[in-house]
Amino acid sequence: METSIFHYGFIIKGLLGAIFASITAGLAGTYVVSKRMVFLSGGITHASFGGIGIGYFLGINPVVGAAVFGILSALGVEYLSVKQRIREDSAIGILWAFGMAIGIIFIYLTPGYTPNLMSYLFGSILTVSRADIIALGIMSVILILYFGIFYRTILYISFDEIFARTYSSYVDVFKYITTSLIALTIVLNIRMAGVVLVISLLTIPPNIAMLFTRVYFKIVIWSVIAGFIGTATGYVISYYAGIPVGATIIFTLVILWVVVKSIIQLIVQISKYNNSRHFSHSTL
Amino acid sequence: MAYLFEMYSLSASYGANVVLRDVNFKVNENDYIGVIGPNGGGKTTLLRVILGLVKPAEGKIVFNNELLNGNSIGYLPQMSTGDINYPVTVTDIVLSGLMIGKGIISRMSASDKKKADTVIEELGLAGMSKSTLNELSGGQIQRVFLGRAIIGNPRLLLLDEPGNFVDTTFENDFYEKLRVLNKRMAILMVSHDVGTISSHIKSFACVNRSLHYHPSNEITNEDLLAYGCPIQLVTHGDVPHTVLKYHK
Repeated sequence: METSIFHYGFIIKGLLGAIFASITAGLAGTYVVSKRMVFLSGGITHASFGGIGIGYFLGINPVVGAAVFGILSALGVEYLSVKQRIREDSAIGILWAFGMAIGIIFIYLTPGYTPNLMSYLFGSILTVSRADIIALGIMSVILILYFGIFYRTILYISFDEIFARTYSSYVDVFKYITTSLIALTIVLNIRMAGVVLVISLLTIPPNIAMLFTRVYFKIVIWSVIAGFIGTATGYVISYYAGIPVGATIIFTLVILWVVVKSIIQLIVQISKYNNSRHFSHSTL
Repeated sequence: MAYLFEMYSLSASYGANVVLRDVNFKVNENDYIGVIGPNGGGKTTLLRVILGLVKPAEGKIVFNNELLNGNSIGYLPQMSTGDINYPVTVTDIVLSGLMIGKGIISRMSASDKKKADTVIEELGLAGMSKSTLNELSGGQIQRVFLGRAIIGNPRLLLLDEPGNFVDTTFENDFYEKLRVLNKRMAILMVSHDVGTISSHIKSFACVNRSLHYHPSNEITNEDLLAYGCPIQLVTHGDVPHTVLKYHK
């Protein structure tokens, strides 16, 4: 039956998509959250929408356009903030809206066929292609190797850049490479979660992990696990309820965050209660 | 006594803004120098020149390569440089002091980790090795950064305003640790609190664009005026007291 083959391919695509999205988002997200770059990442995401618009207009792959826009805007903000010629948050805010404006202008200027804006803004599993999944898979491998090989170098530069400069002349190189990889991660995940919601795919999982661990590499591991639960569950809900996948993923992740936080709070309360009971008992 | 480095007519600037002018300065083994001067006078820039973060615009700095090779300068920056909410453990922060001389693909060996444990123990932080900074007090945080500065067993230790984030309870403790460390390394300590440091250091350097070296730990208002170093002076008596300027 055709439907069952379609169904099977759909599951494989969804499963692989969920795995790769959670690996890339977990690695990039832990860095973004630890270094407090959430706003910058939001700026990069929305700026890359300009690239999507221009991609459509020129008839090239919109993801390529988005990647170029994402990386250039990331490096631009990093460069400007180093030179301190402009307030970083203002620069990001301008970039954020300007990218969206360019995207919308060019999509409306594209003659004839108008693409489904909703799928880019909120994500759609139907438009995720085999090539998108492969690209996310390659990105996963690159990020695992990059963070695995240079773990301490990246960690220490991000924790205390000024001190890192006293022993390394590669601080800027690493900053630019890491920021570019994060921009690429965001762009590749736009197909899954959409421009508006992709930033939460990066930021919620590390925040779930940080509820119970403060060690960087453990945050990465738990982020990937939390991200996978969120994306896989969101994917299933999206499929059966016909809601855009980005929205269901983010909804699931926030629920997961609330549940984990409540459980931890409960455990703390119970152990407090037990301790006080034990204490009063022993003093009697 | 062997010298560690010497500056010859050194000037440093940020763009057109000259921060240090015509500095001649020599630091020897086992020196313990307090670097004082007004804010914006160039104290931190002096440290940045020694660390190689700022290149001299004129003149030069010559290191004694026999004693100071690569990993032998320890640095305790101002508190503000590291984010205390960053998810990184005490052990990992202390270990980062060994990054000097390691390549970009750096693994920490078992002996590196043992060194970290020893330093952590020595600084009275045992049991906190797996904590993150936001779980520690100000004094403990400072000792973590001190641990990072000394784990490589440097010959020269640079401290930038260590008094800024120390709580008074830890202050004496901290200076006592420095006194012990001074037996095996020279110390250069930037501070704007002359009074507190004068009983610990051996000599002063006044930095206000130019640098005046004062080879004793006793310094008077007249000295400071002569050096062009307008700062508050705190004196010592039987009871610790602060002398304020005349009220007009």
